Amino acid sequence: MRLDPLFSKATAGSAGETGSWRNFRPVVDLKKCSGCKECFYYCPEGVIEVKGVARIDYRFCKGCGVCREVCMQKAIVMVQEE
Amino acid sequence: MILPGNTSCQGCPIAMAMRCLDEIENPVLVIPAGCSTVIAGLHPKSAMKCPVVHVPFASTHSVACGLSEAYRKLGVDTTVVAWMGDGAADIGFATLSASATRRDDILTVVVDNEAYMNTGTQASLSTFWKAKTTTSPRGKTEEKRNLALVMLAHKVDYVATASVGYIRDLRRKFRTAGKKDGFRFIHVHTPCPPGWRFPSEKTIEVARKAVMSGAWILWEYDGKLRISPPSEKYADKSKRIPLKDYLNQGRFAHLSEEDIQEIERKIDKEWDLLLKFS
Repeated sequence: MRLDPLFSKATAGSAGETGSWRNFRPVVDLKKCSGCKECFYYCPEGVIEVKGVARIDYRFCKGCGVCREVCMQKAIVMVQEE
Repeated sequence: MILPGNTSCQGCPIAMAMRCLDEIENPVLVIPAGCSTVIAGLHPKSAMKCPVVHVPFASTHSVACGLSEAYRKLGVDTTVVAWMGDGAADIGFATLSASATRRDDILTVVVDNEAYMNTGTQASLSTFWKAKTTTSPRGKTEEKRNLALVMLAHKVDYVATASVGYIRDLRRKFRTAGKKDGFRFIHVHTPCPPGWRFPSEKTIEVARKAVMSGAWILWEYDGKLRISPPSEKYADKSKRIPLKDYLNQGRFAHLSEEDIQEIERKIDKEWDLLLKFS
C-alpha cells in the first residue's frame, strides 16, 4: 500500500500566492535601512530577508504593516496597491 | 519552522510565535483545533517544516505523552511540542493538568489571544476583564484565570510567560525550554487584530503596551521565579504607562472611567500575588 499520499508536504504558499491579499505594499528605503533585522524578527509571514539591507518577497507579503511599525530607522513606507 | 504563504491573517501574532520554533531542535507539533490548525495548512499542503499531528482538544496531552515516550524508546532525539490556544487549554485542561502532574517530557506552548478566535471570538477563561466578545456583548463579568500560575502550582520544571512584543525574550525562552527535559510550559501573549479590533500593523504596539501597562507580566520559573528583564521595571507602579493607552482597542470601547480603575486594581493584585512567589 502506498502511504505517501497520506502525508502533507511542506509547501511555501499553502494558501496560494498571499501577496494578492495586500492593499498596501511595504517599500524599503535602502538608503535609510541599517540592516538591524528588527523587521526580519517581527514579520509574521517570514518574507523579509536581511543581507546588508532588508528585502521583501512580494509574492507572499500580505501587507500587514508590522515591519513599518517596528522599523527603528523609519525606512519602510506603505504604498497603496493599484 | 513555518513557510510563507500560509493562511494566517494579516499581522497574525501566532504566525510570529510559530517562526520562533526555529529555536527548538527537531520539534514535533501536536495541535488541537484552533487558529494554529488552520495556519498549519490543509492536506496535501503543509505550512510547517516539521511533523504535525492534528488532534481533538482533550486528547492533546495524551497524544503528546505517547509520542514523547515512543520517541524515547526508539532513541529518536525530538522535542514534542503541544501547541494550543487558550481555548484548547480550557477544554483540554484535565489532560494538560494530568500530564503536568506526571511530568511527561513535553513542551507545552499556549498562544493566548484571550478568546476563542477561530470560531469567532467567544469568551474564554483567559479573556481580559470586561472585554467585549460575542458571548459577553456587554463586557466579560467573570474573573480572568492566570494559567501560568496554575501550571506553576503543578511544580513542573519550567514555566514562563512571554509576549510577541518582545520577540528576543520569547526566542530565548523557547531556546531555554527546548534544551530542558521534563514538563515545560510557556504562555505566550498574542494580541489578535480581528478579534481585539485594532489595525493589523498595531500587533506589536498592543503587545508591548500590555507589558508596559503591567497588564501582562513576563516572568520565568526554573526552580526560582524571576521577573523577566522587559517587565522588571513595571513592578514599580509609577513606571507603568496609563492603562487607558493599552485599552485603546475596539473590544474595550464601552469602558467607563470606573471600569478602568477597577481593572487597574485587579492588575495590582496580580502583581502583588506574583511578587510573593519571587
